[in-house]
Amino acid sequence: MPAIGRSVRRLEDRRLLTGRGKYAADFRLPGLLHGAVLRSPHAHARLGEIRSKAALALPGVVAVVTFDDLGDVGRIPTRLGHQAGNVVCLQRPLASEKVRYVGEPVAFVVAESRYLAEDALDVMEVDYEPLPAVADARRSVEAGTPVLHDAVGGNVATTLHTRKGDATAAMAAAHVRVRERLAVQRHTGIPMETRGLTAAFDAGTGMLRLWGVAKIPHFNRRVLADLLGHPEHLIQFTELEVGGGFGVRGEFYPEDFLVPWSAKRLGRPVQWIEDRREHLMAANHSRQQYHDVEIGFDRDGRIVALVDHFMVDLGGYIRTHGVVVPELTAALLPGPYRIPHYTAEARCVLTNKTPTGTYRGPGRYEGTFVRERLMDIAARKLGVDPLELRRRNFITPDEMPYDVGGGALAQRTVYDCGDYASALDKALAALDYESARREQAEARRQGRSIGIGVGFLVEKAGLGPWEYARVEIDATGHVVVYSGVASVGQGIETTLAQVCADELNVSPEKITVVHGDSARVPFGVGGFASRGASVALPAALEAARKVRAKIFRVASTLLEAAADDLVLDDGAVHVRGVPDRRVTFRELARAAVPGPPDMEPGLYAAHFFEAPMMTYPYGCHAAVVEVDVATGTVKILKYAIAYDIGKAINPMIVEGQLVGALAQGIGGALLEELVYDEQGQLLTTTFMEYLVPTVMEMPESTEVRILEETPTPLNPLGVKGAGEGGSSGCGAAVANAVADALAPLGVSITALPLSPDRLSALIRAAGDSR
Amino acid sequence: MKPPRFDYLIPRSLDEALGVLAQHGEDAKVLAGGQSLVPLLNFRLVRPAHLLDLNDVAGLAGIRVDDGHLTIGAMTRQRAVETSALVRERCPLLAEAMPQIGHVQIRNRGTIGGSLAHADPAAELPAVVAALDGELVLRSARGERVLTPDRYFVAYLTTAAEPDELLVEVRVPVTPPRTGVAFLEVSRRHGDFALVGVAATVTVDEAGVCTAGALALTGVGPTPVVARDAVRTLVGARPTPAAFEEVGRRVVAGLRPDGDLHASSEYRAQLARVLSARALARAAERAAAGAERAKSDRR
Ligand SMILES: Cc1cc2nc3c(=O)[nH]c(=O)nc-3n(C[C@H](O)[C@H](O)[C@H](O)COP(=O)(O)OP(=O)(O)OC[C@H]3O[C@@H](n4cnc5c(N)ncnc54)[C@H](O)[C@@H]3O)c2cc1C
Repeated sequence: MPAIGRSVRRLEDRRLLTGRGKYAADFRLPGLLHGAVLRSPHAHARLGEIRSKAALALPGVVAVVTFDDLGDVGRIPTRLGHQAGNVVCLQRPLASEKVRYVGEPVAFVVAESRYLAEDALDVMEVDYEPLPAVADARRSVEAGTPVLHDAVGGNVATTLHTRKGDATAAMAAAHVRVRERLAVQRHTGIPMETRGLTAAFDAGTGMLRLWGVAKIPHFNRRVLADLLGHPEHLIQFTELEVGGGFGVRGEFYPEDFLVPWSAKRLGRPVQWIEDRREHLMAANHSRQQYHDVEIGFDRDGRIVALVDHFMVDLGGYIRTHGVVVPELTAALLPGPYRIPHYTAEARCVLTNKTPTGTYRGPGRYEGTFVRERLMDIAARKLGVDPLELRRRNFITPDEMPYDVGGGALAQRTVYDCGDYASALDKALAALDYESARREQAEARRQGRSIGIGVGFLVEKAGLGPWEYARVEIDATGHVVVYSGVASVGQGIETTLAQVCADELNVSPEKITVVHGDSARVPFGVGGFASRGASVALPAALEAARKVRAKIFRVASTLLEAAADDLVLDDGAVHVRGVPDRRVTFRELARAAVPGPPDMEPGLYAAHFFEAPMMTYPYGCHAAVVEVDVATGTVKILKYAIAYDIGKAINPMIVEGQLVGALAQGIGGALLEELVYDEQGQLLTTTFMEYLVPTVMEMPESTEVRILEETPTPLNPLGVKGAGEGGSSGCGAAVANAVADALAPLGVSITALPLSPDRLSALIRAAGDSR
Repeated sequence: MKPPRFDYLIPRSLDEALGVLAQHGEDAKVLAGGQSLVPLLNFRLVRPAHLLDLNDVAGLAGIRVDDGHLTIGAMTRQRAVETSALVRERCPLLAEAMPQIGHVQIRNRGTIGGSLAHADPAAELPAVVAALDGELVLRSARGERVLTPDRYFVAYLTTAAEPDELLVEVRVPVTPPRTGVAFLEVSRRHGDFALVGVAATVTVDEAGVCTAGALALTGVGPTPVVARDAVRTLVGARPTPAAFEEVGRRVVAGLRPDGDLHASSEYRAQLARVLSARALARAAERAAAGAERAKSDRR
């Protein structure tokens, strides 16, 4: 039975479930020192003198590092979404001259224990000269507001434009126009494991080693090499277990410089483990956008134009993701609909808040909320059923590949394939839409407010530009896959093994997967952007195919038989019909060095899989909710996701991805919000204030339909990514369902999250105005 | 998130514990279940010189009934109260409130005394004790005092206990027959501190006429808010939905709850009104059912 397509148990789980996984904070070295970061309590202030004397006088405190100690250190560069003009807004590892958000690193303390390091933080003295702060992007762009970076000459770092056709003219000629202001709140990914890093420097060899890196070890190694002025080959990055990434974890942050810098300077290993309070103020925030969007329809309810002016709150600096979130928002805002004329203008705005980056489904969670909410509002105005309005406007399979008109990540947005109407039908069937409508009507008669909503989404996945893999059969006959992808808990080890298992006719459980170690895997791009399945798996597949060919080549020499007469089975090759004329992988691996004359020696092969274009998985979220009108509370009664990913290598893992992402989507829809006061103080610094959903907040029932209706032509497996679509449609579906429930009261929903307090205020206001 | 240095003391007896408090009261903190205190220590929001661990002190845990009172020792785990048949039988309001405190894991460690000593105005237990006119028993090397809830709960996270005093037990009257109870709350997530919670009891006579009622609220003031006057309007009549709603309106008439991140003042007031009416309605329904049962038992 082939391994591909089977719900093989995750290879990772044996060690994780038996407590043998080693996470960042589990890592120990002799003589380990512990770091703690002194963070700015001000949102905006001129930085004066930093006095470390009292801290250094405490027993066990080894060093206090400030900007002046770092010498001529550069700014942390962007990895994606680069804009030349934005370099002046990039962050340095420690604040110099000014602090621009609460939580900005001002000094790094190193001590014999984390306790002592925190004692030292207590007695640090810093002179701040507070400056007026701006915490609201909408105010940030007004004249006369404080400017964060003088070199920008204002608070708009960049304005991005997308233009397809002539939206102004088309809008003017539209039969019906619907304009709305819609907003998504600031929230972010909350991995269960916070960030953490250990660094050690060997002065003898000059080798600098780091443990606990994540997501993009190879890229970050290069960044560190540049910032430290340390040869890249003398830096080794090693991933440990990673307890969740979600876009947030694994980017190059100030601490990723401070820890290795200190280890090198002090000649002793240094560990820093982020605590939750730090995580909430220091790791990337995401999602905060304000849209002023208009859509125009012709007489038949066909979309003629879409015009969106939106603002993205970037926070105090530009980090490694540059302006990729606004880019992606604009690139995918049109979603599944045929929109002949489209304009988007994205203003990327600086505020005195934590800098931002991507979070699972970046730009799509926001854009899907905006577009799908708008479609429901428009349907009401047009007097058309919202599902019918969608169907009328879907891009059809025969229009594929479809050029949406914009682009992101240095490529045009060109949908590879898709059957959107079918995905909608599958989601509705999974929800049992017709009976949900009947139950809704019955509930209304009893005075209960039930609502049904959908959110259709087009995701993107499989970001290149390439990924690396090497497959090897070692001298003891074991199959090893080395991959440049990184694990963030998504199960990529298992699917890498599955893909190679079929090529080499061994069971996936017998394959060892190595990743995230720059010494053992020389090249890699990493684990993000739902790219593992569609980029790393094809790389491994091709490498395995090359090894398979070599196996036959060596075996045919040893067995003196034609390759066509050989059978590959369970770690050995035998001559067809003669089972005891057989050589094992172990024998083959040894014989392969140097091996037959016309073969590259060694039973291994590498492959770079190049992916110039992304794939576009798509699907539909559908929700049934009940709103308690008297208390404003929302309960999700039933939820369905139908999601087309071309091919599911491991359906269990895909389902896990979708449902896990859904939990985060629900967080964004109902619970999670990073709240600042007007002075730029972050008010949500613990899990008492920042509310992530637990299993109890999940829908009472969740149906997942994994669709394989449209395999992508862009890779040999036909697979698209599955990491993000479980989240992206959720804000839209839940908001539409709540809006549907409250429609009889005249409540309109234009912003997330739908907290009971906010909903109650809307319900009261609607009551007052009637 | 690591606490500053403290001395850790593990007394074995109540006298020993009280002795330590007599000496170090101002600079000491007692550790019960640690579910509220440990986060405060880790955030360095409290910095005691001495941490006095009550977990090995004998005789502070237990549930018993005497003199028409249910008495619960301070170190009794919340989970033990939740699962106690005695509590369910003699004080159903307490039994109904317990599972609404945090999560099972929290209640496995958290204690009755810890919650009442911490005096969070959002907590369930203070409201239950206030609704039931319970008594809080404080002990120090100087002797014992018994306080009523209105004397004991002073302000936000503040009680009348002196630094050298321990809360040793709490007493609540056994619930009279034909009494229905309800504890309703709204929280952002399952297991979160409630935004507003309402403890209600309604007692009826054999004819179904209300003879007594009680109502206490969490989350609408610095201490549990007891709505005596509002509930009194129910007494002497067969309770009706309109009457409950009227009580709800009266309850909030005098309230000016503070707003916060999760709930504005207006929203808290709305919840107080809605939940008061709902809790009384449910309690009354149960009282009526209880009265029915009593009747049919006699027949
Ligand atoms: C995630 C989470 C959710 C929670 N949700 C809720 C909830 O919904 N409702 C709710 O009511 N509570 C909730 N709690 C708090 C929980 O109930 C605590 O257990 C309780 O508040 C404190 O009890 P403790 O035994 O843990 O006390 P500790 O944390 O040990 O002590 C709390 C305070 O009381 C003092 N103290 C303890 N015992 C005594 C005593 N006998 N005499 C004098 N002083 C004493 C301590 O010195 C300290 O100041 C939650 C806690 C967590 C972590």
